[in-house]
Amino acid sequence: MTNDLFSTDLVPLAILGGLGTYAARALPMLVPGIDRLPPVVLEYLRLIGPAVLGAIAAASVFVHNGAFTVGPEAVAVFAGAAVGRWRGNLLLGLVVSVLVVLTLRATLGA
Amino acid sequence: MSGAAATLSTARRRLVVDSIGIWVIATIVGGIFGFTAREGGLSLVEAIAFSSVLFAGAAQYAAVGLLVANTPWPSIVILVWLLNARHLLYSASVAPYTAKLSRTLRAALAYLLTDEAFALTTAHIARLGRIDVRGAWYAGITIFVPWNVATILGWLAGAALPDPATIGLDVVFAAAMAGLAIGLVKDRAALLALLVGCSSAVVAALLIDPSAAIMIGGLVGPLVGLTLFRRRA
Repeated sequence: MTNDLFSTDLVPLAILGGLGTYAARALPMLVPGIDRLPPVVLEYLRLIGPAVLGAIAAASVFVHNGAFTVGPEAVAVFAGAAVGRWRGNLLLGLVVSVLVVLTLRATLGA
Repeated sequence: MSGAAATLSTARRRLVVDSIGIWVIATIVGGIFGFTAREGGLSLVEAIAFSSVLFAGAAQYAAVGLLVANTPWPSIVILVWLLNARHLLYSASVAPYTAKLSRTLRAALAYLLTDEAFALTTAHIARLGRIDVRGAWYAGITIFVPWNVATILGWLAGAALPDPATIGLDVVFAAAMAGLAIGLVKDRAALLALLVGCSSAVVAALLIDPSAAIMIGGLVGPLVGLTLFRRRA
């Protein structure tokens, strides 16, 4: 690692990581006949979206340094998600989350 | 304008509006990655390779952290693959809607299927009841372009970038994921999948490992939702 502009020493590492990543993204889409899956499987796949995205958010805001935490971030994310759902506007929800976390941190000194 | 065309037009407008927040996130987090990569000793070309070839935010950050810790390459590659194994779920979820597309098109769209692109694409599909190829391209490119441009700018800007926590932007990623997840809840089964996915991910992060939490939440949540609220054919 030389921290210059044009060193390529780590490019093969990016390619190796990218190969497995691309395989995960592509293989299910390239399997023929996937649209003929049983309805129960299709229903299961439909439910993956909210579960995975919720899991990313929850693990991000509720677990810090290996401990369960309910801090300003969790409140802000919940408030923003609720407002975004209520108004049907994701961007508004993000703005609310930022404002809430800033307010709580200023109030609590967190 | 026909009803179908009006629906498509409305859905695309909604997709663009929803993508604004994602675009902002990609720009901010991509810029921070560029800065982090520089601090970790990566050259500009290497940082670009991570963002364009690997193209997976969390895994990119993890890989740089492991490089700084002098972790052997095989261990880094395995961790990156495990971190990104959740994309199998994304692809499988979208696959029924892309089955009629050409193999080349499916292979190209799969390359862009990040967390954020999946969220935008599935929300777009949910509105239309089918895949919209232009919408899917837009969802992928709206992440890829700002992510890579921001990586370059972040690497070049270096220490000039502000700390996201000081201006509250550190919650934007989680807030976007939560907002998009709630937007996908159309019935009780999806709500239960979301709640169980969240809770099982937290438990897994606490008891097993944070890198396993997303996979576990993404697998257990739908299973419980399906079991308790299985639709009658």
